[in-house]
Amino acid sequence: MNSLFPSIVSRSQSSGLMNFFVPIISIVLTLITGSIIFVLLGFDPVYALYTFFISPISSTYGISELFVKATPLALIAIGLSYCFKNNIYNIGAEGQLTMGAIFGGGIGILFHDTNAFWLLPLMIFAGAIGGALWGLIPAILKTKFNTNEILTSLMLVYVALFILDYLVVGPWKDPFGYSFPKSRPFSESGRMPLLFDGLRVHFGLIITLFLIFVSWFIFSKTIFGFQLKVSGYSPKAARYAGFNQTTLVFFAFAICGAFAGIAGLAEVSGPIGLLYRDISPNYGFTAIIVAFLGRLHPIGIIFASLVIALTYLGAEDAQLFLQIPSAVGFIFQGLVLFYLLGAELLINYKLTYKKLL
Amino acid sequence: MNLDLILGILQIVLIATTPLVFAGIGELVTEKSGVLNLGVEGMMLVGAVSAFIILVITGSYFLAFFVSILSGIIMSGLFAFLVLFLMSNQIATGLALTIFGIGLSSMLGKQYIGTPIDGLSPWFFVIFSFLIVFLVSYFFYKTKAGLILRAVGESHNSAHALGYSVIKIRFLSILFGGSMCALAGSYISICYAPMWQEGMTAGRGWIALALVVFATWKPERVLIGAYIFGGVTILQMNLQALGLRFPGQFFSMAPYVATIIVLVLISSNKLRIKLSAPASLTIPFYKGR
Repeated sequence: MNSLFPSIVSRSQSSGLMNFFVPIISIVLTLITGSIIFVLLGFDPVYALYTFFISPISSTYGISELFVKATPLALIAIGLSYCFKNNIYNIGAEGQLTMGAIFGGGIGILFHDTNAFWLLPLMIFAGAIGGALWGLIPAILKTKFNTNEILTSLMLVYVALFILDYLVVGPWKDPFGYSFPKSRPFSESGRMPLLFDGLRVHFGLIITLFLIFVSWFIFSKTIFGFQLKVSGYSPKAARYAGFNQTTLVFFAFAICGAFAGIAGLAEVSGPIGLLYRDISPNYGFTAIIVAFLGRLHPIGIIFASLVIALTYLGAEDAQLFLQIPSAVGFIFQGLVLFYLLGAELLINYKLTYKKLL
Repeated sequence: MNLDLILGILQIVLIATTPLVFAGIGELVTEKSGVLNLGVEGMMLVGAVSAFIILVITGSYFLAFFVSILSGIIMSGLFAFLVLFLMSNQIATGLALTIFGIGLSSMLGKQYIGTPIDGLSPWFFVIFSFLIVFLVSYFFYKTKAGLILRAVGESHNSAHALGYSVIKIRFLSILFGGSMCALAGSYISICYAPMWQEGMTAGRGWIALALVVFATWKPERVLIGAYIFGGVTILQMNLQALGLRFPGQFFSMAPYVATIIVLVLISSNKLRIKLSAPASLTIPFYKGR
């Protein structure tokens, strides 16, 4: 006879197979829990799940919107993996995104009546610098003053949001904007080119795919990527090998900040076209889930960003057609992460049934 | 400056700081047992919304606080299950709890935005917040159970070898933290600003986490830290209200900037942090074979 409950036994080597299956298991469990929530709310679960997960992407426009939402998520998540691989918990990507939008958008506002080929590249560059600088603050505080990066990076999100708020109601306010808290629109050459006529999916997607490819190369083919990974697995081994942890922290934060900054700039110069208060529906925080769900792997992050982007679209449709508050999207995102973290157990441990007799 | 004005400001500071004390002391107990729960903000929001909804439905303050604390126990119980039994990464799990809490609270509270309620006088809770800090301090340093809890946080393997149930002690500490965070949230939505608004805790949960570091994991110092932050918050509000020719946003960011500065000042003494932080913080306990 076997015991009723399995016991947890450590694996000698983490399971590659489980590494692949755990995200899928967690998505399936989230869907099951989601159906239960819908039933509790008094909806037909099949219809609700259809409204949430299928109908948003059953048109060309819907698929384009999926990529519009997935673009910033994937870009920030790949940036975050530079930090997370090294066990640096930068959770302030939302602030770095905002700073990128401010720096890049500032250039766009400065040259609001200029039409030139160099404008967009300059804005992207400025966005990357803005995000990187904001990311370097917690890096400096961590390496020079031993300050916990989780708290400082998070506090800087609030600071960045207040700075943006100050700018769009103060010095950068649109003089023709009827005192709405928004800036002038950028000029046509300060906007991300659209990839297809009539669809909102924009050039930011190409930038994202390019940076994901570059990151894949860095992670798997360079010494720097190797150092990141080793320091994450075993800080002691990394120190013994002579890797400079301070440099790694600086690079990880700078790269992550730059990517988040570009994502922020791509949002304001893509779908939005100007600066205003609410430029991001928590992309910087949601990207944390994308990074974990994608197992910090470039290909995984691409798929994860599409899955999580779908929760944004589904939440909008659920609000429209089922009158469920769109916050249900965050519930799904939280659930996915819960299941993922719980199921991660299967990667490093196995469940066995002890023989009782 | 006359006496009335000073007393008035003191009153406002006391009222504004109380939720930070509750959340801070709750998180401190959790961390003392060796577990870092970053879900404070999420638990506060769910606590705030559940208290508000129950008050609107039943009209009973007692039930409102009771259900709110229950919600904190459920939320932190979920966290405890994941980090203790499934040995998940505490930092990521805490973040998940916050994201989940933000979603759950806005979904539950959607139809209650703008519903008026009669606020409750905060003074009972203000006094209770001082009391709880001293009780926790007494518990840690004068009772055997407190000593065991601290031992679990310092070295779970030694505590286990001595026959104490690491998992059970951590579970209870996490639940205490959760109920304190929910209490902080319900205080905000029922006493401090009697209303419900999405994300109304406005980052106080994160400031509470910073408070624990500021306090170098000593209960009484949570009070000192909380009153510094509460003071800065009220000061910036008053300066803003005076209508100085200075953008309000820069005042609004003051508490967050102050948090960063204080964290830097405290943490730059590496040795002190190393000596005062629970040695097993964030390390999962695995019994092995």
